[in-house]
Amino acid sequence: MPLTAVRFGATVTAESPATTTAPIVSVRSLDAYFAATRAVRDVSLDLVEGQVTAIIGPSGCGKSTLLRCLNRMHETVPSAHTEGEVLLEGKDIYARGVNPIEVRRRIGMVFQRPTPFPTMSIRDNVIAGFRAAGPAAPTRGEQHDIAESSLRRAALWDEVKDRLHESATALSGGQQQRLCIARALATKPRVLLLDEPTASLDPLSSQKVEELVYELRGDVTIVIVTHNMQQAARVSDRTAFMLLGELVEAAPTSRLFTSPVDERTESYITGRFG
Amino acid sequence: MASTSLHGASVGDRIFRLATTAFALSIPLLLVLLAIDVAAAAWPALKTFGVAFLTSSRWDAVDGVFGAAPAIYGTIVSSVLALLIATPLAVGVAIFLSEFAPAWLRQPVAFLVDLLAAIPSVVYGLWGIFVLVPFLRERVMPLLADRLHLGGTPLFSGPAYGPSMLAAAVILAIMVLPYISSVTREVLMAVPRSQREAALALGATRWEMIWGAVLPYASSGVLGSIILGLGRALGETMAVTMVIGNRHEISSSLFAPGYTMASLIANEFSEATNDLHLSALMAVGAVLLAITLVVNVLARWLVWRVQRQGQA
Repeated sequence: MPLTAVRFGATVTAESPATTTAPIVSVRSLDAYFAATRAVRDVSLDLVEGQVTAIIGPSGCGKSTLLRCLNRMHETVPSAHTEGEVLLEGKDIYARGVNPIEVRRRIGMVFQRPTPFPTMSIRDNVIAGFRAAGPAAPTRGEQHDIAESSLRRAALWDEVKDRLHESATALSGGQQQRLCIARALATKPRVLLLDEPTASLDPLSSQKVEELVYELRGDVTIVIVTHNMQQAARVSDRTAFMLLGELVEAAPTSRLFTSPVDERTESYITGRFG
Repeated sequence: MASTSLHGASVGDRIFRLATTAFALSIPLLLVLLAIDVAAAAWPALKTFGVAFLTSSRWDAVDGVFGAAPAIYGTIVSSVLALLIATPLAVGVAIFLSEFAPAWLRQPVAFLVDLLAAIPSVVYGLWGIFVLVPFLRERVMPLLADRLHLGGTPLFSGPAYGPSMLAAAVILAIMVLPYISSVTREVLMAVPRSQREAALALGATRWEMIWGAVLPYASSGVLGSIILGLGRALGETMAVTMVIGNRHEISSSLFAPGYTMASLIANEFSEATNDLHLSALMAVGAVLLAITLVVNVLARWLVWRVQRQGQA
């Protein structure tokens, strides 16, 4: 397990010698604003390809905002903007001339509450990302293959294979969330962002989503924002702790939870605040 | 007092409850009584002419023969045509206002569009007679018939008088536009942000988001707004009477004058000297009432479906 250096705010350390591969996503001195409010402060963070990175921290610490900066969703909120760089395979997604649409096609996202499109069938939901793509749309046969493989990857195929043409709203909350994961996976993104994906689910459904995240590791690079420290400990390779918009500490999960370097991290994981 | 409150509601509460219940029931009762009255008054004419009342084009007060087909036809055609013209415009305005307009422009434009609904219909009619009808006669009708060579088709044939089905439809379109547009705007703005974000996160453009996620989610509501507009158009009287030409004849041409049920009643109620004539007008009213009731029930049902979908 690579031991990328713990990063404090602006201190951009040199690449850790332990990192064997270049990070697939590299956040460099990122600030995110809502109007004049700075919700993310000077965050630098590397995501290692194929790993699951968890972002933890108390409510309002900016973890969801940071996540939404990684696929340029942050800027869709009126008056929101960012400063700094986010490198996807070495290229700054905030550089002039970069189309945010293309960025979002390479970096998928799943939200806190399931967001199936209610007027579409289960199958059409999975391939919705292709419909949106326009002229390069897959043929019907390809669509079916994509739907099946994506639903299999999201561990939902067996539950829905007999009712692919029913409305997506007929599914349970947990199934809907896995459907959204299947939909995000369908376009084969390099990175998948999960914004508190189990926050609205019951424990059993949460467990299924967690198992899915665990199975997808290695295949897709995943960033998961969570309130739940046990969940972060269970599913992630690395964990980043945020507080008041700052990235306090990022380290291999086992180390962050056993021997945190920063005392604020220790206070948080031992339950003294948040 | 203390003892009465232990043994049930106080007298004041009971009176209050009775009063509000009576108020609440009086409105539906009024509707029912109105419908019964209209139906009873219409009965002699309906009994005399039977189905011919709905299918015959002969409306002759002197001979006492009444067939309302042209008016029924005119009402439906002018209203549907008005919706065909108004819907794309109104939905376009609503999409612009809810999705694209900068915040400073949104309120003023929405207010001005809504203001269209506040103009008295007789003013629309006056404008129709002196501005719209001459404009249609001198510019639009020659353009459609001669320049675009559509004069040979049944829809655009015949001489361009001016007062016509087309003029009525255009006036109606302007009048129902604010209703469709403001309800559609509300429905579009009620589409949850999560649906928009889900589309954007899949790499949808703004347009793909609106077309693929926002409009389908809102579709039943948009349909409801169109039917609401249809309800308005069916019953509109004054402005239509002033520009439709009031001729009791079914013509396939939109350039030809026509009649609507509402105009027919408005024009003839003061001249209906015998019972059968009056009853025939009442029967026209009954048909109009029935059509508008059906349309409104349909609108209600669609709104209900939207709400149920929102909860799912």
